[in-house]
Amino acid sequence: MGRVVLEKKVLSENDRIAARLRESFATHGILCVNLISSPGSGKTSLLERTLECFPEGKRVAVLTGDIQTDNDARRLARFGFPAKQITTGGTCHLDALRVERALADWPLENLDLLIIENVGNLVCPTSYDLGEAAKIVMLSVAEGEDKPLKYPSIFAKSELLILNKIDLLPYVPFDMAKARDYARQIHPGMEILEVSCTTGQGLEDWMEWLDKRAADLHR
Amino acid sequence: MHELSIADAILDSVRSEAEKRPGAHVTKVGVRIGALSGVEPEALSFGFSALVQGTALEPLDLVIELVPRRQRCKACDLTFEVPEDVLTCPHCGNGETLMVGGDELDLTYLEVEG
Repeated sequence: MGRVVLEKKVLSENDRIAARLRESFATHGILCVNLISSPGSGKTSLLERTLECFPEGKRVAVLTGDIQTDNDARRLARFGFPAKQITTGGTCHLDALRVERALADWPLENLDLLIIENVGNLVCPTSYDLGEAAKIVMLSVAEGEDKPLKYPSIFAKSELLILNKIDLLPYVPFDMAKARDYARQIHPGMEILEVSCTTGQGLEDWMEWLDKRAADLHR
Repeated sequence: MHELSIADAILDSVRSEAEKRPGAHVTKVGVRIGALSGVEPEALSFGFSALVQGTALEPLDLVIELVPRRQRCKACDLTFEVPEDVLTCPHCGNGETLMVGGDELDLTYLEVEG
């Protein structure tokens, strides 16, 4: 019979569901962001500080992915906004189907912002579209400044780089200028924010970024 | 390590294509992997073999075509391959270039016998 040409995405099933999610977010005017980093960079801390800043009645929800435990969802639920854990049971990334299932019983018409905290991993989440408007990659100064060179995919695909834990800069050998150069070497023009979830430094820039990104969506 | 999930997705496609061709056997499946796809070819091959072993899909080979990252220069419009994260245009030296390829994770073809 010979060769049958297919030329389709390996993850076409995931992409199909992601497209459905993206359309649904667009219909409801929801900004969805997909936050990705190594374990321990401070994704959950950033979400805590973010939710803390929002006024009561802000139409925001978070989905948080982990291999085991619902610790993160419990940390985030205390701010009074909807927070749901997706426990992957061993899988190192979230996929669109898991997100769609998690959202099934949430009325999307009540939301303006959905933040998805992916499983801590700089590689695998890169391949899976979740229907987000933007991927955001976080790197803490307790890690190596050469992460953008070591894990180029996620830095190339993310709109924004958040450099976290800048309060630790005096105590760690992290070279901020190099980190920024490496990120822009991989992704020219990449937006970069420096924050500390401990001291709150830079968080206003992050909140502004979210507002601006949401406004872009409605333009 | 998500290569096992990727291998499984490839096999899902092989199975559904095989179902359309009763009596035939798929002997080879071709995939294209970009340098920025986040997929490690060796881990993918390993996961693929593990999933195929002992099933009716045997013998089935995975053929991986690796493709580099490609950028397009915003100034002179040249599209070029990026071997080692140097994104500057090799023709005009402009630093502003756009990624136009390299994140492929594509199922390209099947070889079918019978």
